[in-house]
Amino acid sequence: MFRKIKGGVHPHDEKKSTEDRKIEYLPIPQKLFIPVHQHIGQASIPVVKVGDPVKKGQLIADSADGRGTPVHCPTSGKVTEIGNFPNPIYGSSLSIVVETDGLDEWQENLLTGRNYENLTPAEMIDIIFKNGIVGMGGAAFPTHIKLAPPKDKHIDTLIVNGAECEPYLTSDYRTMIEFPDDIVRGTLIAMKILNVQKCYLGIEINKPKAIALMLEKCKGTPIEVVELETRYPQGAEKMMILAITGKEVPSGKLPMDVGCVVQNVGSLKAVADAVEKNIPLIERVVTVAGSTVKDPKNVMAKLGTPFSELFNYCGGFTGKNGKLIMGGPMMGIAQVNIDAVVVKATSGIVAIAEKETDIGIERACIRCGRCIEACTMHLRPNTLSILSEKGQHQTAQTDYDLMDCVECGCCYYVCPSRRNIVHYIRQSKAKNAMVRNAIKTGSK
Amino acid sequence: MEPKENSSNIQKPEKLVITSSPHVHDTESVSKIMWIVNLTLLPAAIFSVINFGLPALITMLICIAGSAACEAAIQYWRKKEITVNDGSAVLTGLLLAMCLPAGIPWYIPLIGSVAAIGIAKHTMGGLGHNVFNPAHIGRAFIMASYPVAMTTWAVSRIGNNADFSGAMSKIGSLDAVTSATPLGILKQQGYDALVSSFGGQMEMYKALLIGNRGGSLGETSAVLLILGGLVLIIKKYIKWQVPLVMIGTVGLLTWAFGGKAGLFTGDPVLHMISGGLILGAFFMATDMVTTPMTTKGQMLFAAGCGIITVLIRLYGGYPEGVCYSILLMNAVTPLIDRYIFPVKFGSHPEPVKRS
Repeated sequence: MFRKIKGGVHPHDEKKSTEDRKIEYLPIPQKLFIPVHQHIGQASIPVVKVGDPVKKGQLIADSADGRGTPVHCPTSGKVTEIGNFPNPIYGSSLSIVVETDGLDEWQENLLTGRNYENLTPAEMIDIIFKNGIVGMGGAAFPTHIKLAPPKDKHIDTLIVNGAECEPYLTSDYRTMIEFPDDIVRGTLIAMKILNVQKCYLGIEINKPKAIALMLEKCKGTPIEVVELETRYPQGAEKMMILAITGKEVPSGKLPMDVGCVVQNVGSLKAVADAVEKNIPLIERVVTVAGSTVKDPKNVMAKLGTPFSELFNYCGGFTGKNGKLIMGGPMMGIAQVNIDAVVVKATSGIVAIAEKETDIGIERACIRCGRCIEACTMHLRPNTLSILSEKGQHQTAQTDYDLMDCVECGCCYYVCPSRRNIVHYIRQSKAKNAMVRNAIKTGSK
Repeated sequence: MEPKENSSNIQKPEKLVITSSPHVHDTESVSKIMWIVNLTLLPAAIFSVINFGLPALITMLICIAGSAACEAAIQYWRKKEITVNDGSAVLTGLLLAMCLPAGIPWYIPLIGSVAAIGIAKHTMGGLGHNVFNPAHIGRAFIMASYPVAMTTWAVSRIGNNADFSGAMSKIGSLDAVTSATPLGILKQQGYDALVSSFGGQMEMYKALLIGNRGGSLGETSAVLLILGGLVLIIKKYIKWQVPLVMIGTVGLLTWAFGGKAGLFTGDPVLHMISGGLILGAFFMATDMVTTPMTTKGQMLFAAGCGIITVLIRLYGGYPEGVCYSILLMNAVTPLIDRYIFPVKFGSHPEPVKRS
C-alpha cells in the first residue's frame, strides 16, 4: 500500500536506459574546472594559488560565512589557473583549474576510521560542514545547516528521500542499489545528530529492487521503508512530507516547522563517508542520459569534470542536440555550454534531441483547468500566467499566492496551449523582487 | 575555454536551445483535444444523417464550412495566425448543426455560424477568451431571428413513423412534413398524449434513447451521445461530475415538480433523455473555455444549468431550455471562478489523513 499526494503528473520516466547500468568510474580528465560557487549562499574563497600542487581531498576553497560550504580538490595535480569558467548554475563563475597528474593521491593523514557512536552531534555537524556536504538531490542546500535546526524547532521525524521522481535520472536509485549500507549508516548518523526516533525512507514503487533491498538492509534499524506512488514531484520536500506523514508544510514555512527534516539518499551516503572516513564531497554519481546519448550510463564523476568529457565517455551523441539539461527535464537547468562542469548538485545531465525541443506554439489559455488539477501547491497557475503576461505582478503576489509556487513545472507539463507558465511565474517573482529591492534601497 | 583535443567525437552543437524548465511536455494539445471531441460527436452526426437524410448532412456541412471560413476570414483580417486547423471552429460548427432542425433553409445555419464565430468568439478575442459558448450563441441568435424555421422539425425516418403520425393527427395544425419534438408535445398536449404518441411508456424511452424521433440533428440519439461523452471522460477531457450533476439535477427536479398530480409524480427519465440535455451536458456544459476551471466550480455550474433547464421546461415559454441555461450559466462562470478555487497547500494546520 502506498500513500498519495494531490496533484502532480506522471511523465514518462525514461529510466530504463540507465537503471540497470552499474555506476562506472570516469577516468580522471586532464583538467578539472572546479567552481567555488556551486549552490545558493556565498561563493567560497580560494585558498590555493596558481602553481600550487594539490592532493586529493585537499581544501581548495573555504566557506566565506559558514553558510556556504568548503570545496575540496577531487584528485591530485597542480593548480594552473584561477579564473572564470562555465558553471552549470550561474553561467560562469570563479573556478579553480587543476591539471591532473593521474596519480589520484590522497592528502596525507586525511583519511581516518571513526565510529559515529563515539562522536557528539556537534562534532559530527562540524565534520559534515568541513567536508563540504550538501543536499545531492539537486538543490544542493548545505547539509550542516539542515541537520542543525534552530533550538526552538522540535524535530521528531527524519525523512530519507529516495523518490527520484524526475524522468531519466537514476543516480539515487543506483546509489541505493550499490551503497545501501552507507545509506543506512548515514541515516543512523543523521538520526543521532537530530536526536529523532522516527525515520522513514520513501521510495517510489517504480523501483521495486531498491525497495526490496532497502527493506532488507533496514531490518533491525528504526528506519521504516515507505512505498510511494510513482508521481512527480514527490521528491520535493513538501510533497515527501505530505506523502509520508500527512502533514502540509504551511505557506512560507520550512519542513522543520512541522518537525521534519528531509535528506536525499545520496547526501546520506556522503554523510556516512565524511563522518566515518573523513572523505570530503569530491565526486558524485551523475546519470548521463537522453535521447541522443549513444550509451547512457551512470558515472561516478569528479567535481569539475566538463560535461563534454562525460558525454564523450558515454559514446558521444547519435544526433543533433537541442538542449543539454543539468538535472532532470522537469526542473533542470538548460545549459548554454557543453563545457559546463559537474558540481555538487549535478544529479544528471540529459541531452534532448533537437526535434524534441519543438513542442509547438504557445497559445492563449483555454481555461481547461488542467494546471489547477496538476498544481501540487493548489494554486491557479493559469491565472498567474495571465497576470504575468499583463504585467500585474503585484496582484499575482497579493491575491493569487505567487510566492507559494515551487516551480515544479507540472502546470506547463499538462498545458494543452503549451504556455510556459513556470516561466511567466518566474518573471513575476523576479519583477516583484526588483520592486522590493528598489523600495528597500530607496528607504535607506 | 580552449577546445579540448580529446573531444573530437563530440559534435559541438552550434546552438543549444535555452528555455526555462521544464523541458518535457505531455502529448496533449488544444488541437488534439478539439479534434477528438469532434470525433466523439461523429457517431451521433452520422446517425442524424441516416435519421433525417441528406438535408441533415447539408446543414452540418454549411455550419462547419461557415464557421471555419468565418474564423479564417476574421483572423486574416486581423492579421493573426489562421488557426482553423486546430479544430475549434469545426467543433463550433458541428455543435451548432447538432442544435438545428434538419430541413432548415441553407442561409439560416450560415447566419448562425457567423454569429457563433464572428460575434461570440472573435469579438471577445478568439479561442480562450470567449465568455459564452459560441455554438449556443449561434443557436440563440437564429432562434430569435427565425423562430418558425427553427421549430419546424423534420420527421424521423427510422421506425416508429406510424406512431408519430398518430400523434400528428392529434396535433393537426402542424405541417404534414414536420413532427413535433417529444418535449414540444409534452408542453402543448401533456404527458399522456406524448406517451400515447409513442404507444407506451417503455416504447417512448426506447425511442428517445435510440433516437427514432423528431428533434434537432444531434439531440436525437441519446445512446451515441453518451457513448461519445464516455470516451471524453475516459480521455479525461471532461469530468464525469459535470454531466452527472446536470442530468441528475434535471432528473430530480422534474421528478419533484414535473407531475400534474403533485410533488414527486413527474417522469424524470423522459426529461433526462429527451431534448438537448444529453448533448448539452456532455458536450456544451463541459466546454473548457466557457465553464469554471475547478471541478467544484464545474459541478456548481452544472447544477445551475440543470435548475435553469427545468425552470424553462416546466414553467417557461419554450419546450426546451438547455441552450439558454448554459448561456446564462456561462455569464456566471467568472463569478464562480472568483469564489471557488482550491485551498492552497499548507492551509491545513493539522495533519490531513490521506489513505
